[in-house]
Amino acid sequence: MLDFIIGKFNFWFYVILMAVGLFAMLAKRNLVKKLIGMNIFQTAIILFYVSIGVKKGNVHVPIIVGGHGHEGELIQAADYLNPLPHVLMLTAIVVSIATTGVALAIIIMIYRRYNTLNEDEIIEIRQKQLEAEV
Amino acid sequence: MNNMSHQFPALIIAVPLLASLLTVPLGALNRRFCHPWLVFVTGFILCLSLGVAAHTITSGPMAYNMGGWEPPWGIAYRIDQLNALMLVLISGTALLGALYSGPSFAKELPGRQTYASALYLLMITSLLGIVITGDLFNIFVFLEISSLSAYGLIASGSPEAPFATFRYIIMGTIGASCYLLGVGYLYISTGSLNLADLSGLLPQLYHSRVVLTAGALMLVGLSLKMALFPLHAWLPEAYYTAPSTVSAVVASLYTKVAGYLMIRIIYNLFDSHFFVNIFPITTILSWAAVVALLIGSIYAIAQKDLKKMLCYSVIAQVGYIVLGIALVNKAGYSSAILTIVSEVCTKSCIFLATGAIIYRLGNSRIDNLQHLFRRMPYTMLAFTIGAFSMVGIPPTSGFFSKIYLLFACLEAGNWVFIFALLGSTILNVIYFFRVIKVACFEEPQPDYQRREAYPAVAVEEVPAAMLIPILLAATSIIAAGLGSHWIVNNFVQPLLKVVF
Repeated sequence: MLDFIIGKFNFWFYVILMAVGLFAMLAKRNLVKKLIGMNIFQTAIILFYVSIGVKKGNVHVPIIVGGHGHEGELIQAADYLNPLPHVLMLTAIVVSIATTGVALAIIIMIYRRYNTLNEDEIIEIRQKQLEAEV
Repeated sequence: MNNMSHQFPALIIAVPLLASLLTVPLGALNRRFCHPWLVFVTGFILCLSLGVAAHTITSGPMAYNMGGWEPPWGIAYRIDQLNALMLVLISGTALLGALYSGPSFAKELPGRQTYASALYLLMITSLLGIVITGDLFNIFVFLEISSLSAYGLIASGSPEAPFATFRYIIMGTIGASCYLLGVGYLYISTGSLNLADLSGLLPQLYHSRVVLTAGALMLVGLSLKMALFPLHAWLPEAYYTAPSTVSAVVASLYTKVAGYLMIRIIYNLFDSHFFVNIFPITTILSWAAVVALLIGSIYAIAQKDLKKMLCYSVIAQVGYIVLGIALVNKAGYSSAILTIVSEVCTKSCIFLATGAIIYRLGNSRIDNLQHLFRRMPYTMLAFTIGAFSMVGIPPTSGFFSKIYLLFACLEAGNWVFIFALLGSTILNVIYFFRVIKVACFEEPQPDYQRREAYPAVAVEEVPAAMLIPILLAATSIIAAGLGSHWIVNNFVQPLLKVVF
């Protein structure tokens, strides 16, 4: 059991982070806290991807001496860490930053309209507006 | 085929992406350039898409390796009949929306047309990207670009829009993250991200729990993106508060593109036997779809506002698409594709017509619509054709997609589904004919002071730039209905040979 937990600790770590993020998104009433939860959720997946590129033993970072296609030098893929997940996550980080930026801008718009960031209060204000219209 | 047309798949993405960036300096020069520019760019993409579609009909699927990198290392674009059909639908709707956007943006987003136009092109780029690419991670990136541009456009709508958009952001991000996690699991177990490559590698791993989890995560993520019941709560408010042009394009394309991805995952990434024999998640999907098409219609009946009613009917229509996909038989597959075609035409027609009504009346409350057939005859004619298609009256496209879905349910031998289908059709009749009844037969309150029982009503149509796309969309509904046999023969049959 202990082996199961320690041997795959990276997976446990990202699952816990994901749960924290999901909890914040569902349970927190403040919109900024929800946004922070969303960020934790995304970061958990980024960490998961980064951790799967790791190899144990005598492996190098993927900087290949002699350059690309250098003659007389065979490259064993097993000797190097897998760089692809990291490269993918660069894109995912950009996506997550863009989402955060848009969400923060929208939070500013919400604050200007309702003067609060508490979801319950906003829903109450909207309910009153709807009743006033009818 | 000459050299130039080999580059069409790359141009379909590159042209609108660059054009989107160029919109900002162009709009800074003069705001009035934006509208013709949008029409020009989307028209050009429609020509490219039609060229690609013609090529796939005559000589089968085409492939394009981005940057010359061979798959599975590089990003490969592979365009078969389904991709080609989606490309034409997306670029066609984009052109209608672009035509419509001129007067609509000028009224709803005065002073902000430039940025709205830039975001509009970015949205179209990403939707085209989702359907053209054959790389799972690339799909995630385009999915997020499409969501980001939609967040921006929707939030610029009514004052209530930002709050609805915030909910959409949270739900959309959870959906995309689930999808990304699923892709990661597939990458761990196979080391590949290319769709065609993975479909060859996965069958040996069908009993691996990692692969099962990956499939489940990707389908849940997409269900969130396409607002399948019970994950639909974010959709109506967000689409309702968006500007008219945006809600028309978003409502007619987003859920359908997610539906396309679901078809790809269920039938191409995995195969149909996997979902029937090993991992019966399609059973859950089909029941969710049946509930969706009943609940969506019932909510739609409860609405007092035309646009909100249509937003709920989007949820019901998602049910039709998913039900067709999840029945996993030939008729179901055909009905899913035909429903996507018919829905894109119908939803764009109905939402554009509703936008025109809002343009004239200022709101879309159903009890405000009296006399509309006399005030806006052409708009209401198009709306009626759209309503007929939603209900499924021949010769509109909705009839043919529903017939195929009915055959699929008969083939599956599930009577509950058949009754749900017929029930939801009756509900459709109720909520659409309520609108038509008010607009056609009800008179406004008699004007007693002037002793005129029926005040004279002048024809007040919307500007031609808005009316033409509405009528084109209405024509496309009839054309897709009459041409449904042609669509099945040229697009669906070759696909059926591959997936079944």
